[in-house]
Amino acid sequence: MIDNIVDITLLSLIAIHAIAIIRMRSLFAVVMLFGGFSFLSAGLFVVMDAADVAFTEAAVGAGISTVLMLATLALTYTPEEADKEEKAPTHKPWLPLGVVFITGALLIYGTYNLPGFGDPNAPSQLHVAPYYLGKSLSETGVPNVVTAVLASYRGFDTLGEVTVIFTAGIAVLLIIGGRRRVKPNIEKNGGDHEA
Amino acid sequence: MDMILGHYNYWMVIIIMMAGFYTVISRGNLVKKIVGLNIFQVSVFLLYISIGNVKGGATPIIETGVDLYSNPLPHVLILTAIVVGVATTALGLALVVRIKEAYGTIEEDDIHNQDQSL
Repeated sequence: MIDNIVDITLLSLIAIHAIAIIRMRSLFAVVMLFGGFSFLSAGLFVVMDAADVAFTEAAVGAGISTVLMLATLALTYTPEEADKEEKAPTHKPWLPLGVVFITGALLIYGTYNLPGFGDPNAPSQLHVAPYYLGKSLSETGVPNVVTAVLASYRGFDTLGEVTVIFTAGIAVLLIIGGRRRVKPNIEKNGGDHEA
Repeated sequence: MDMILGHYNYWMVIIIMMAGFYTVISRGNLVKKIVGLNIFQVSVFLLYISIGNVKGGATPIIETGVDLYSNPLPHVLILTAIVVGVATTALGLALVVRIKEAYGTIEEDDIHNQDQSL
């Protein structure tokens, strides 16, 4: 019962954060709210027995993402534009609201066939998970099943993940690295020339 | 009551997902669009972990005396997804910085106007 109460409270807080992010204009507040949103979801992962995911979400989702967003704000706004607010939307919100409500209604309709939350006989619980839980200690010698699956059974998956990060790192370096000397030129021309 | 408790997680996840989706399609500021994309991502993580949860199960670290664990497979998939997600976020933010240098703004409407007036 207490599990359900904590779960419902955290999910509601996360949803409130998401709505607040939509309504906020100040970009700094938006990024800070996003950090809170990530930390709350890390807490929810702990409640749902996913300790490794919670660590990663707290360190990478709440930490690195927030720092990257703050760095982007620092690079894209000069100190004179200190208010750092987004412009008021020029379009009426009805079309996106309609799209969002129709998609949401269809998805909620789709959940009626899903097995209930925490059902031990759900199909996802009966496929390879019992094998991993039963054999991983004797086959890999690692008591943490998540580590065993990540580094041993699905090691190639993790290798692919490292490739993705490496590619993204190279792409970021190519996009913004080593071109800092163009910047003063832009500030002089008020920003309306083609770089 | 069972129906509500059994599906509450899925419904809230969908509400959070739609909040992120709405931010992406209705807001013109590029940084805010990326925050919306991240909200969408986290909602998918929550959906996967909800599906992997077993009532009364323990964190999947093998210990004598414990015989019911949550499903470790969604945890592994989401660990990968979180790290790949931050890599795509970094790439998107780098593009935002580059767009600011080229156009002098990160508001989508202003960028469109500059493209039109060429």
